Amino acid sequence: MGQSTKSKILIAMAVAGLTLAGCASTTEPASVSSSTGSAGATASADAQYLVQNVGDRVFFQTDQSNLNGSARATLRNQAQWLSQNGSVNLIIEGHADERGTRDYNLALGARRANAVRDFLISEGVNGSRLQTISYGKERPVSLCSEEACWSKNRRAVATIR
Amino acid sequence: MTAYLTSIFGIARRGRAAFLAMAVLLAPLSAQAALKIDITQGNVEPLPIAVLDFDGEGTVGQDLATVITADLERSGLFRPVDRAAFIERNIGVNVRPRFTDWRVINALALVTGRAVQHSDGRLLVEFRLWDVVAEEQMAGLQFFTTPENWRRIGHLVADAIYERLTGETGYFDTRIVYVSESGPKNNRVKKLAIMDQDGFAQSELTRGSALALTPRFSPTAQEITYLSYYRNKPRVYLLNIETGQQEVVGDFPGMTFAPRFSPDGQKIIMSLERNGNSNIYTMDLRTRETRRLTSSLAIDTAPCYAPDGSQVVFESDRMGSQQLYVMEADGTNVRRISYGEGRYATPVWSPRGDLIAFTKTLNGRFLIGVMKTDGSGERILTEGYHNEGPAWSPNGRVIAFFREGRGADQGPTLWTVDVTGYNERPISTPGWASDPAWSPLIR
Repeated sequence: MGQSTKSKILIAMAVAGLTLAGCASTTEPASVSSSTGSAGATASADAQYLVQNVGDRVFFQTDQSNLNGSARATLRNQAQWLSQNGSVNLIIEGHADERGTRDYNLALGARRANAVRDFLISEGVNGSRLQTISYGKERPVSLCSEEACWSKNRRAVATIR
Repeated sequence: MTAYLTSIFGIARRGRAAFLAMAVLLAPLSAQAALKIDITQGNVEPLPIAVLDFDGEGTVGQDLATVITADLERSGLFRPVDRAAFIERNIGVNVRPRFTDWRVINALALVTGRAVQHSDGRLLVEFRLWDVVAEEQMAGLQFFTTPENWRRIGHLVADAIYERLTGETGYFDTRIVYVSESGPKNNRVKKLAIMDQDGFAQSELTRGSALALTPRFSPTAQEITYLSYYRNKPRVYLLNIETGQQEVVGDFPGMTFAPRFSPDGQKIIMSLERNGNSNIYTMDLRTRETRRLTSSLAIDTAPCYAPDGSQVVFESDRMGSQQLYVMEADGTNVRRISYGEGRYATPVWSPRGDLIAFTKTLNGRFLIGVMKTDGSGERILTEGYHNEGPAWSPNGRVIAFFREGRGADQGPTLWTVDVTGYNERPISTPGWASDPAWSPLIR
């Protein structure tokens, strides 16, 4: 069952290639705009800064899409960072854990992504800067079949468009 | 001694020569008999049947017997008699068997046949089904086809035997489309794949660069509607199996998902997500006209038409948790039908119209069950850590579904279970497999 180790490695390499390309294209506009000194763009407008200093993701309870205190704090950080980096647009990915049916989890992921989008808009972010996409249960980050992993997979993640 | 032309099949299949088989009734060598399997009972005692290697040159006769035997055995309604026990061997198709030789090894039914290359290059396959106790012929058919299609003829013969002995329509000459999965759990590659219902004749329909989910057959089995993440936009697509051509279904402003064809093939019914709400829409494939059927601030999804097209069953969390609802095809008269403990999802109306199959979540376990269309008479067919996505065989007798393994290095596999809850079987696939959909019977 499954496929050979060799092809798994090939897939891993292909994914790594995509990730690198993605970083390059998102950091470039930031460096260009900061060199011209245009408003709303700083050196912090990159994916790494979003992940490490702002917080790129929030988590949800089982079958819920409401935002708890910690999620709201993270999203206020995101809203502030977005206001300081006017050239940055986000894609908000909504995800579900594996303990649901496929169609429902797609809808639930969309509901979560939209809960984040709505909150960011309520914090003053222009909605045109925020796209959403749902991956349902298709893209877990934690792979065990236990609550410890499921709680990390019930998430909405901001990525730079 | 008259031969009757019964039907003509004209079905092209991807990657194979156009299929053209003609079924002709073989004149009986004796009067008709009355051997019958009573399948109204839940747990049927399988009928002992002997399938002789078909007469003829090469290995095709033996290969046909293998396909037919495997089909009948998998149905759970037949118990093939071990070939090693056969006393009489190599009987021609036009010879009456020595019935005592078959009674002594406890066979109640016997299949004999012949497979030969016709002068025009086509393969000629003939078979007869015998009632061993009554010493009478029960069925006899003759098929012509291109030699590459021998396996399909095997399924057609198995269908003819099944139909004669059970009184129900067969389902062996059908295919299953599914999602073939490979790679690690956090970066699964998901492609559409198609195979015969017995797991043979595998072929891939998409390349895997975009996530592919939830394929469903059109009523002619020529097209598939499914969800693709092409260009990172989850949308419902239409894929022509013959040509490989694809098109997006409609121009909707958000994610479209959970598609199915209407029974007449004219419409796609699906969910559209807008601002976190999912509602049910249809799109007419000719006029491109779209119609909204539900308007709730909830998740309305997994719609499926009744076989007569008059009603739609779907799931909704409008009252707090996933439950099943039925409405008229125009969206009116919505009523909840599931009232049991737990959550209900992925409803699928049976081809006979009398049952709805579903996935049920209860106490952290995922079950496959059926209920009547008013929600009464719930029966659980299988349960475990994660079972999901029931799909009916076209005769309404068998349900395919997928079962997820537990753990980081696990993946889904395909299974079938009888509508009675008996005869659970895995379907062999080359890799992980999910989201099965059964083709209609094309005759």
